[in-house]
Amino acid sequence: MKSNHKILRSATLAWALTFLFTGAFTMAAQTPAAQTTLAQPSSPVPAVLQNYKRVTAERLRNPEDGDWLMVRRTYNGWGYSPLFQITTGNVERLQPVWVLATGVNNGHEAVPIVNDGVMFVATPGNQVIAIDVRTGTILWRYRKQLPDDVVLLHPTSRGVALYGDKVFFASGNAVLVALDVKTGKEVWSTKVAENQNGYYMSLAPLVAGGKVMVGASGGELGIRGFVAAFDPDTGKELWRVYTVPAPGEPGSETWPKGDQWKTGGGPVWVTGNYDPETNLAFWGTGNGGPWMGDQRPGDNLFVASTLAIDVATGKIKGYHQYNPNESWDWDEVSPPLLIDYKRGDRTIKGLIDVARDGYLWFLERTDGAINFVEGEPYVKQNVFKSVDPQTGRPEVDPEHKPGTGKKIDFCPSHWGGKNWPPVAFSPTTRMLYIPANENLCATITAKEVEYSPGSPFTGATSTLALAPGADHIGEVQAWDVDTGKRVWTHTYAKSPNWGPMLATAGGLVFSGGTNDRKFHAFDASTGQLLWEFPTNSGVIGQPSSFMVDGKQYIAVQSGWGIDSRAMEARLNTLFPGEYPEVPEGGAIWVFAVK
Amino acid sequence: MGSFGERVGRRAILKAGIALGIQLSLARESPGQQNGASQRPREGDLLVKVGDATVTPLTPADIPVGVKQTMAWPMDPMDKTVRNGSRLNRVLLLRLDPEKLSPETKSRAADGVLAYTAICTHTGCEVTEWLADEQLLVCPCHESRFEPKDGARVVDGPAPRNLPALPLKLMDGTLVVAKPFTASVAFEVQ
Repeated sequence: MKSNHKILRSATLAWALTFLFTGAFTMAAQTPAAQTTLAQPSSPVPAVLQNYKRVTAERLRNPEDGDWLMVRRTYNGWGYSPLFQITTGNVERLQPVWVLATGVNNGHEAVPIVNDGVMFVATPGNQVIAIDVRTGTILWRYRKQLPDDVVLLHPTSRGVALYGDKVFFASGNAVLVALDVKTGKEVWSTKVAENQNGYYMSLAPLVAGGKVMVGASGGELGIRGFVAAFDPDTGKELWRVYTVPAPGEPGSETWPKGDQWKTGGGPVWVTGNYDPETNLAFWGTGNGGPWMGDQRPGDNLFVASTLAIDVATGKIKGYHQYNPNESWDWDEVSPPLLIDYKRGDRTIKGLIDVARDGYLWFLERTDGAINFVEGEPYVKQNVFKSVDPQTGRPEVDPEHKPGTGKKIDFCPSHWGGKNWPPVAFSPTTRMLYIPANENLCATITAKEVEYSPGSPFTGATSTLALAPGADHIGEVQAWDVDTGKRVWTHTYAKSPNWGPMLATAGGLVFSGGTNDRKFHAFDASTGQLLWEFPTNSGVIGQPSSFMVDGKQYIAVQSGWGIDSRAMEARLNTLFPGEYPEVPEGGAIWVFAVK
Repeated sequence: MGSFGERVGRRAILKAGIALGIQLSLARESPGQQNGASQRPREGDLLVKVGDATVTPLTPADIPVGVKQTMAWPMDPMDKTVRNGSRLNRVLLLRLDPEKLSPETKSRAADGVLAYTAICTHTGCEVTEWLADEQLLVCPCHESRFEPKDGARVVDGPAPRNLPALPLKLMDGTLVVAKPFTASVAFEVQ
């Protein structure tokens, strides 16, 4: 208002009147566009929301068996439901209960989060929908309109977070919002980073230790990655820790003396996991900026790493870097799962990471440092000649390390042996379930690149290729965490796999991921395909399972897009007609045994 | 905060002025930078290289033949407002052999110089890369490839449609916008 007065003082009365009139006019025109909530403002809050069960810190630590309160259900990142009504014996009778069109296209990756019968789903188009699970009725719908020049290379959301009576959503233009769970209206919103400089968001926030945490995407745009924590009541920023240190900070010795750290990458675009015992959150970081490591000589901490971040202070207490001097676009953003596993007689308080670099990494967590245990490839990998048995540092074959002024081929491709889709772990079978892409290799041609805010900062072009003799791409792999051996593999003959995994106590593993629009159920012990259902589009969403009124449900979003579509298009260029376009358009599916 | 608020206030006045049909008097009274800088290119606009502090209008001689695209902004020829207020105004310029252009593309070229939006129709990344051997435009974010000799049609990758073109002409040897973009500059945000 102060500034308005300044204008008023310097304007004629006529201008003042014009301004007052039109100020109101403009505001009236813009407010509804910025936020649309379809529920009538005067309509009473539905009973199911009046009786909404608050999400407490204790419920996040120990959720009821029938709830799915956060992205991977539990802080350890398992993606596992203890429900067992739906079993290997009855899954063939699994049928849709209801389906709901989201009204938007592109990649639907978010998990249906369910608290006591109320479902919260984020979709592309910067939308959150609250639904009564019993009926499939929309309770409210929130949309945050994005500016038409928004920088948003991956227009999706991977989910919301719940805490107290709020829903937290990371808006694509790097704004964190808190919604009132009863109305879907904004309680507060906080700008997290400057979108026009290439920072955007697609991850689900993490609520832990009384804070809401997010990171930002933009690894192709020369951002400097970070994790930041906010007060859930006010949106006030509490701390921010950069994944690329400034000169003088720990890790800065792994960067050249110049300004490379300012545009060094290390984006954070998948939700971290959390250990309540140590108050450490484990976050993964993405590729370096620009793509070629020889333009930023050194290991480049903490790019392509897992970070152990103290939730109280935001300090980095430990790390493990998978790909020193990252040069393959191998974002290691998927956080490791917190799994205690056996090696001989010893039980290791573990971290297990299925990395984009094609290796399965077994690590050890402490109250600070992350220790290396072992690493081995789970897909064809020709980049690491060996891995140091003490530190896990790979010995890289220079023939397969992209560099400026070169054209270099390597496997797995820049999309990785596994991209962002989360793995699942079943404590019943003691197996880890991996959505893998085998036999894919890439060629990267690179050159110098100049930084311009918000513009591409990769300096590279790439092509995709199949490994010689390849007969398939997509796989679901099951690994016994106590032996470190693969137990079974299911292969998809004509499709890559972009399907996040769900494991259940009913002895089942659920996943979509294929270009035939199908959602699949496997026997978790044997890998036998037990059930399939063709949905409206391709299923790249994270499935969840929950119970309402004593009945178990499985839910997932179907909606092909983002990188699954990009890979399909490139495969179809390589093999014309064999990888046709997958129909787009999002829907939320809920299944039960009838 | 003060100065930011003031700027918003001016924008509000401008928008309101347009709504009330008093645009002309406003244009005289206020700098109009915010507005003009964000407007899409119009017939008669000049082109200036991105980052050129001297804002020198480009001529065909400034665009080397058959090499990587030059990034440019349109500029209002009257008040010299560079239209860099929205990244959707960023255009890429190429100079190719006119005899190798499709008829429609040739009709939009000025002495072999072609202008397309730099904003990829997929997710809005800038189309900054150039494949010298194949003579194709490449968006480095998701590897969409476009054929500049034929309307920047998609030849590979996830882009759903071609890059809108900005038809050019020559006036006194200078590159000038002949018509607005052939289609709206937009990309998928859902």
